[in-house]
Amino acid sequence: MSTATQPVLDTPFIVADREFQSRLMVGTGKYASNEAMVQSIEASGAEVVTVAVRRVDLDRSKDAAILHHLDPERFFLLANTAGCYTADDAVRYARLARAAGFNEWVKLEVIGDEESLLPDTAGLLDATRVLAAEGFRVMAYTNDDLITALRLEDAGAVAVMPLASPIGSGLGLLNPFAIRTIKHRLSVPVIVDAGVGTASDACVTMEQGVDGILMNTGIAAAGDPVRMATAMRLAVEAGRLAHLAGRMPRREVAVPSSPFSGMLA
Amino acid sequence: MPHLEVGSESVAIVVNGDTREVPAGASVASLLASLQLDPRLVVVERNREILRDRDSFARVELATDDTIEIVHFVGGG
Repeated sequence: MSTATQPVLDTPFIVADREFQSRLMVGTGKYASNEAMVQSIEASGAEVVTVAVRRVDLDRSKDAAILHHLDPERFFLLANTAGCYTADDAVRYARLARAAGFNEWVKLEVIGDEESLLPDTAGLLDATRVLAAEGFRVMAYTNDDLITALRLEDAGAVAVMPLASPIGSGLGLLNPFAIRTIKHRLSVPVIVDAGVGTASDACVTMEQGVDGILMNTGIAAAGDPVRMATAMRLAVEAGRLAHLAGRMPRREVAVPSSPFSGMLA
Repeated sequence: MPHLEVGSESVAIVVNGDTREVPAGASVASLLASLQLDPRLVVVERNREILRDRDSFARVELATDDTIEIVHFVGGG
């Protein structure tokens, strides 16, 4: 070839009306320090970072305020409704988050059970309908159930976020088939959220063809979060490229890579 | 923590779950100032209604038994 053009390796990552630069989104919770959090997020290359809405602790320092540590000009703040157990609570938290004035997006969680942190899918659908009607861009955290994912899309979610495994478990992608099925059937982006424990989990997840991954504990609870954030960035890219490249077919017999012909007599 | 300017009377309100006395006529803006909070970094809900317009903080007067929630963004996944 005469011109040294950079090959186009991937398609743009678009959710609703916005293009994002990284397919890896990260949380900001559970870090040992704010410095570790900021360094890890930078190493991850993430553009979207999730934050939670909580009461200001009036008796303590401002250390908990994430905006003292993260520049909202540099990162896209995606507020979550973590900790909400009813649709009404989730809607209230989403409205409070929007009133902060950054954007209209919300990572919607309606949790159904304290022990498993699995979603209350009925509440999730109700809250999605309410918020979508109010103009929110709803990214809905859900389980890996196809029917719920389809209903969330119908309810107006701009992205559906099935779990790889339970929140904070680090068990990796438990049901690749379910995730692939959801991806095949939905028109909106599918972003796997929760359960990714290490780089290979991220890679395998992206190889299923999903549009992105959101993770928090997999980085924050690693022995060296900055290194793991880097590993996750590379793994998400590698898995995405492997998906686009298309893997070879699996064969249960060996096929030599070197020619039969030309062997010495 | 600096105290609000002392007026002739005070009113009891609930802020983030705790009862506090504020001078009669105190505004949301003066409450935030007394708590040393930057209004740009918090969201205020008064009696379950979000005060969307930060410019209104100085005009909204606190009344007895008002329930105020002051929230902000913290780390989360």
